[in-house]
Amino acid sequence: MTVLAQTLDPPATVTGPSTLEIAARHASIRRQRIVVTARIAILVVVLGGWEVGTRIGAIDPFFFASPSGIAEQVWVWVTEGTSQGPLWQQIFVTLEETLLGFVIGAVGGIVCGIILGRNKLLADIFSTYIKVANSIPRVVLGSIFIIALGLGMASKVALAVVMVFFVVFANAFQGVREADRAMIANAQILGASSYQITRAVIVPSAMSWILASLHVSFGFALVGAVVGEFLGAKQGVGLLISTAQGSFNANGVFAAMVILAVLALVVEGIITLVENRLVKWRPVPFSEH
Amino acid sequence: MSMLSEPKPAPDRSRGGGEPAIELIDVTRRFVTADAKVTTALRNFTMTVGKGEFTCVVGPTGCGKSTTLNLVTGLARPNEGTVRVMGRPVAGISPDIGFVFQADALFPWRNVLDNVAAGPMFRGMSRKAAHEKARDWIARVGLHRFEQHYPHQLSGGMRKRVALAQTFINNPKILLLDEPFSALDIQTRTLMQDELLSLWSDADASVIFVTHDLEEAIALADKVHVLTAGPATVKAVYDINLPRPRVTADIRYEPAFVDYARLIWNDLREEVQKSHNQATAAAVQGSEP
Repeated sequence: MTVLAQTLDPPATVTGPSTLEIAARHASIRRQRIVVTARIAILVVVLGGWEVGTRIGAIDPFFFASPSGIAEQVWVWVTEGTSQGPLWQQIFVTLEETLLGFVIGAVGGIVCGIILGRNKLLADIFSTYIKVANSIPRVVLGSIFIIALGLGMASKVALAVVMVFFVVFANAFQGVREADRAMIANAQILGASSYQITRAVIVPSAMSWILASLHVSFGFALVGAVVGEFLGAKQGVGLLISTAQGSFNANGVFAAMVILAVLALVVEGIITLVENRLVKWRPVPFSEH
Repeated sequence: MSMLSEPKPAPDRSRGGGEPAIELIDVTRRFVTADAKVTTALRNFTMTVGKGEFTCVVGPTGCGKSTTLNLVTGLARPNEGTVRVMGRPVAGISPDIGFVFQADALFPWRNVLDNVAAGPMFRGMSRKAAHEKARDWIARVGLHRFEQHYPHQLSGGMRKRVALAQTFINNPKILLLDEPFSALDIQTRTLMQDELLSLWSDADASVIFVTHDLEEAIALADKVHVLTAGPATVKAVYDINLPRPRVTADIRYEPAFVDYARLIWNDLREEVQKSHNQATAAAVQGSEP
């Protein structure tokens, strides 16, 4: 056994980088530079072209706005506030609705997905209804929620929940179903109870699926909240958009869009951080750099 | 060289003495497929494993070798006949059983330490005690430097070592192995066979080792059972009287080993041919609706 142990020693560490490695590192740095430069160039060309187009009259800024107009609008909102009150308050309201809807929808989706994924009978009974519910364009429910729950926060949260729930549910369900049979049998023979199997095998193996769905579904939660505000609200970024639309303020619509995009990116970044923490056991995928 | 050509309970030449560890008596196991066709995996199958005995089961591919193991674990029930483990009929999964799978059944989200500690922790041992015990077993399979590694960071052979430690830590009295080394390259396989024999000689467990590799069976076993093409029955039982401790890489050049291989292969070849013909016939039937 000692002989075997020796054969498992990690390979001897290389003392210093070879010329080959240095060359490879340089090539990778060069490539990185090209990517960043190209990204910036594309941004400059698109925004610059748009701006120039509006200046020379090729694009009508009244309908299609202009980058400088949008920036100005954002600046005005930031410094002077919007017609509905300070900008941060609008953002806060929308963010609160989105996060509430996201958390409730995601937790509900995960729990239901795991329960139905573990129970064949329940899955068979409910699968038809879930398919039906999933095929309804759920944004339409926003109108119902406004009627039932009023113009306040509840109706937006409800719409966001509905948007998120099905996506997360479907992924959690699938993730549970895909859990490796040998792994489950292994846990069973090692002595795991049904609850321990769910906790130690099913949930972790469904986790990749669930996390993937969380990325997508946060966007859906935001759509739910904003559309809800669109349909009728007293506050929020969605209301900003519909007010801007009502006064033919294209810059305002785009400015609200920019704000939403920044919000989505920030939260997306947070989700990725959490994900990396939760699934640090996964092999490192080929990096995008 | 003694040889029993009928599947009767073998005379007890094992270390433990007394009643046999595993008995399958006149067992029949059928499967009903989704389109309501019945396939018989085992028919009138009788096999006995003495205490502390290392039994190998060889047979043509898909003849029902794995089914025998599932019957012993309690993961599958016989349609007819009796399965007894340690003199008691099998009812549910016994804590005395250890199982090493063909596929990788480690938990990829747990590092080596937590994988090996899984069994004791499922069985209610405290985390600290389980980790301590796991460290000991990890050292025994020569992986003490890899406690914090995740399965994907290990080679196939190292993962199998983890699987062995994960199984042996529960002190199984009955050890079942389902083609555990079939995915490994030939050199690694030999190392793992020696590792298994060394762990087994310390553990004093009764073993059923299923394989399609006749040489592996002879190198490891006290007794080799040859199964018929499906539905499987025991065609013949051979006692392998090669001295222990064995070094599996060397033993295959012994004249006695070669004699055994020739003798058993004569029996096995017929069944392999039959199984091949069955598979061909089934494929032809399947392609003609």
